[in-house]
Amino acid sequence: MSGPSSGELLAKPAPGGLGRLLDHRVLLSIAVLAILPWLLPSKALAVNVLIYGVVVMGYNLLFGYTGLLSFGQAAFFGAGAYFTGIAIGRYGVPWFAAVAIAVLLSTCLAAVIGIVSTRTRGIYFSMVTLALAQLVYYVALQASSFTGGENGLRGFTVDRISLFGLQVNFLDPVNKYYVLMAFAGLAMWFQSRILNSPFGAVIEAIRENEQRARACGYDVERSKLVVFMLSGAISSLGGCMLALHLSIVPLDILHYQTSGMIVMMVLLGGARSFFGPFVGAASFLILEDVISLWTPHWQIFVGAIFVLFVLFLPKGIWGTLLDAIGVGKARP
Amino acid sequence: MSGELLRAEGIGKRFGGFVALEGISVSFAAGQLTSIIGPNGAGKSTFFNILSGALTPSSGKLHFRGRKLNGLPQHRFVHQGISRSYQITNIFPDLSVHENVRVAVQALTVSYDIWRNRARLTELQARADAALDAVGLLGKRNELAKFLSHGQQRALEIAIALVSEPELLLLDEPTAGMGPEETKDMVALLERLADKRTVLLVEHKMKMVLGLSKRVVVLHHGRLLADGAPDEIRSNPEVRRVYLGQSEGYG
Repeated sequence: MSGPSSGELLAKPAPGGLGRLLDHRVLLSIAVLAILPWLLPSKALAVNVLIYGVVVMGYNLLFGYTGLLSFGQAAFFGAGAYFTGIAIGRYGVPWFAAVAIAVLLSTCLAAVIGIVSTRTRGIYFSMVTLALAQLVYYVALQASSFTGGENGLRGFTVDRISLFGLQVNFLDPVNKYYVLMAFAGLAMWFQSRILNSPFGAVIEAIRENEQRARACGYDVERSKLVVFMLSGAISSLGGCMLALHLSIVPLDILHYQTSGMIVMMVLLGGARSFFGPFVGAASFLILEDVISLWTPHWQIFVGAIFVLFVLFLPKGIWGTLLDAIGVGKARP
Repeated sequence: MSGELLRAEGIGKRFGGFVALEGISVSFAAGQLTSIIGPNGAGKSTFFNILSGALTPSSGKLHFRGRKLNGLPQHRFVHQGISRSYQITNIFPDLSVHENVRVAVQALTVSYDIWRNRARLTELQARADAALDAVGLLGKRNELAKFLSHGQQRALEIAIALVSEPELLLLDEPTAGMGPEETKDMVALLERLADKRTVLLVEHKMKMVLGLSKRVVVLHHGRLLADGAPDEIRSNPEVRRVYLGQSEGYG
């Protein structure tokens, strides 16, 4: 061995200027999100990009980085929203504590669904997650005294919040955006933390070759369960953000169509890329916004665009862009 | 103790009504290269899968360094000191060559840690590079594994198995699908490996096996047919009848 310094040098594939820039992906992403409200036609759209970006980012951990195609991510999105709303509206929990409790409870839900679903593989995994997420949907539909059933959950408006002794008017769209952006930043930091960690290497190994990962000495089943819970936790934070934003929780967000939309968003933006989920969420929501102005059948067009992406740009918008400027390869 | 590393007692394996292995009792001493040979369907791969934990035997016992292995899940076998390569190339195609090996050695120390930075685990990186060096792949460390040639991928697989510094290295046909030139390189690599550790080899290429091994175990129809030094195996009439005779043997 020729000393630790040369080993250190060898360890990184000598990234160019752009590659080094991406070492600060969390800060860069936050910088882009910070100017987003002024780039998009409306503040409401920008808030939705934040929310769905976080949900899809959590899903990307499972689908993009671990290679597990779940059709039930809406369960955690919805759980985060419902638990936040119920904690605030029914039990009078302060909003910040409500978010923490909601993420915790949603992670427990992910543990339960994960224990059952990660024992199966391939299409069976997809179907089991779909079925269990629909089960959550019907529980929310039936337990209407808790959840408001079909009408959705109401009555927990958060209008003023105090931040470090400062009273902030949460109904102001700009204030709301930046408060929610802080949550998105936290989620991005956490996701980046996971991807850079030794565990991040484990999930990639499992995606690449489950049998080999097991032969290398990894407990594949347990690792899948852990990543399923982490993914659920991050997506549920997006749900908390939605509840704070809307002050209602529509039952629809638990429906399997929401899960399908999450899958579409990650593929549009680029699975296995850090910022791709936000790009995917933004593209989808902008398409919906623009096309639904002149036809109620916007889903036909979005669907067609989605099919074109799957056929011709399997790495999505962001993944393709990163490849084109030559920095996509080396990133975890 | 004569340095016995692994002992199999009456190992049997059934798949439904089909008996793949029956009553295999054999023990392997530390520090030598032993080959397992036999015609197609003799049960070599099944036996190997049992030794590496991928299959659980229907009957019999496995002892490794005096400890029982039965009932351990497959992923614990590496932690006991048994590591393997596969007959069909089995690597992480979309990871770099270096990461293929680094993630393998990481399995022995950290799995679920999400608070440290994997780029700072420099000792693991150094071990990965040392293993790549040992199989002659250090120059390719930053390439994606899927872009390596077939022979290089086989060598990478051995580096993956080797990096955990196993006491017992199980290699399933490491020269499968290789041309003569690549085979020569692989044989040289195997000779170097066998100097330092216990290697168990499944192979088809008889000439190579008889030249390399200190001892040869012959399986036939799921039973142990012969067990001895290469010269004894070569002159064993039973072996000649079922195996060697078919194609003048040295194919």
